[in-house]
Amino acid sequence: MARIDVNHVRHSYLPNPQKDADFALREVHHTFEDGGAYALLGPSGCGKTTLLNIISGLLHPSHGELLFNGKDVTNLSTQERNIAQVFQFPVIYDTMTVYDNLAFPLRNRGVPEADVDRKVRETLEMIDLASWAKKKARGLTADQKQKISLGRGLVRSDVNAILFDEPLTVIDPHMKWVLRSQLKQLHRRFGYTMVYVTHDQTEALTFADQVVVMYDGGIVQIGTPAELFERPRHTFVGYFIGSPGMNVMPVAIEGKTATIGSQRIELPGAPRTAAGNSGAIELGIRPEYVRLGRDGMAVKVSKVEDLGRHKVVRASLEGREIAAVIGEDESVPAEPKVLFDPAGINIYADSWRVEMGA
Amino acid sequence: MEKTWNNKAWFMVLPVLLLVAFSAVIPLMTVVNYSVQDTFGNNVFFWNGSDWFTEILESERFWLSMVRNLIFSFIILAIEVPLGIFIALNMPKKGWGVPVCLVLMALPLLIPWNVVGTIWQVFGRIDIGLLGYTLSALGFDYNYVNDPTDAWVTVILMDVWHWTSLVVLLCYAGLVSIPDAYYQAAKIDGASRWAIFRYIQLPKMNRVLLIAVLLRFMDSFMIYTEPFVVTGGGPGNSTTFLSIDLVKIAIGQFDLGPAAAMSIIYFLIILLLSWVFYTVMTNVDAER
Repeated sequence: MARIDVNHVRHSYLPNPQKDADFALREVHHTFEDGGAYALLGPSGCGKTTLLNIISGLLHPSHGELLFNGKDVTNLSTQERNIAQVFQFPVIYDTMTVYDNLAFPLRNRGVPEADVDRKVRETLEMIDLASWAKKKARGLTADQKQKISLGRGLVRSDVNAILFDEPLTVIDPHMKWVLRSQLKQLHRRFGYTMVYVTHDQTEALTFADQVVVMYDGGIVQIGTPAELFERPRHTFVGYFIGSPGMNVMPVAIEGKTATIGSQRIELPGAPRTAAGNSGAIELGIRPEYVRLGRDGMAVKVSKVEDLGRHKVVRASLEGREIAAVIGEDESVPAEPKVLFDPAGINIYADSWRVEMGA
Repeated sequence: MEKTWNNKAWFMVLPVLLLVAFSAVIPLMTVVNYSVQDTFGNNVFFWNGSDWFTEILESERFWLSMVRNLIFSFIILAIEVPLGIFIALNMPKKGWGVPVCLVLMALPLLIPWNVVGTIWQVFGRIDIGLLGYTLSALGFDYNYVNDPTDAWVTVILMDVWHWTSLVVLLCYAGLVSIPDAYYQAAKIDGASRWAIFRYIQLPKMNRVLLIAVLLRFMDSFMIYTEPFVVTGGGPGNSTTFLSIDLVKIAIGQFDLGPAAAMSIIYFLIILLLSWVFYTVMTNVDAER
């Protein structure tokens, strides 16, 4: 197991990158602590797989360096870095048995056959495939194949980190839960450093202790699932996490008051927007904190979506689309009005969150 | 409930029936007809039973052609399959080199058989051919017209030149279908170049290789035009393969009965081999 330091890493797929836009990974500077479970979350093309491949050594970064436990590994090959990676589509060696698949990485490294046997049997127990050991790997289901890919990493006891590149994409929904909880269990029992790339927020939030949200080649926020939900640092995090995403609307700020059109909203504190900040000021509030009732600002309800557990009300406030979440048994009043729960209000300047003073 | 009979459906299959009848069944039956009768011309036929078959199966000449043909097929397979895999492995996977290589590889396949034969017939001549003249000028005793070994070498070289591309293209198609993740996983697992070939590339080429072997075996077992143009089956009978022999008997000597019997035996052998290949291939599939 290892602590992974990503030091000012930038990467471009172009031979001669000039502008910022040429970089698939603008600049990432982050430490993955030893034994942590991290999720890299972001939309397609945000650079999360690039970052993962840089950690595993399949890509060499254009700039910056990578440390494992303080040792520079930037120029080491994938094999020398001793990491495990599970890919989007299960990679198994078709012609081998399940047993031989797991033994493959050890045999390649010249481990004595007695040790291979012991390690493979242990791993088979861990991934719950002991009864399949003698079967040809190609006859297995997608989730079993994915477990074999994982097992080929686990079988090396000295592996530095286990990296997952959207590993549950091809797995049936009901098996996703099973596999994810098995992963969690493995993490708790053996304390592997795990980095899990996904664009599915549920997967990221349930798997990881720390979620790294990436957007447009950079990290926009690192935090626990609760932090990402309550205090999105960037409006993108607000949109991307939560369903429906955060309501974001342009406002004017004066002291402890925000104005949208003719409506005034009291804030819990005065936002500390930098002096001379010319950028757009926005107010963000999650639909869960929008209270629909008979008091507050008048809205026009356009649609009510019944999701089974709760309802999502789509409405317009001062001409802006806004969503609110209400309970399954609540109904929309005749003259609907909304109030913003102060605990859920965040203020953004230039899309970045600003702190509010007392 | 009474069934509705609609006999119009039969008219729909009629074109196919006619086509197959005229292209396959009727010619085959004509051959069967010849194979059991004898004639002295004037369209007078005598029933001959299985005599022609016995004659062919007991003739040394038939078995020698057969053995030559099998040896030929074996040699070209032993050269073309490994060579084809080797070339396919070393072809570029992306960039401008891909179309260039593909066109170069496809070129020999586009040349008609008799033209290939003519090219090599001229190429190998010691008086004007580039290959033959160069070899003799360098002091090699090369003459495919007189020397059986030289004739064999020329015919085999010609077939390798003409058909290795087919194996290459099939293998290449198998190789490019392997997702990158396999190579990345192999790197992570610390696999050697050989292990990557043995456990990733070869299994993925498995099916196309079977097709390649089947096609090349069948083609070489029925080979006629190219060696006929280059050597005419000589010197002596050294490059007389089954189909050349068959034509010699049928057209050269006008022994229609034995030729027909030989055709049928030849046909049955190919049918048997096709069946064996088919069974092997479907068994491989079932194992998956």
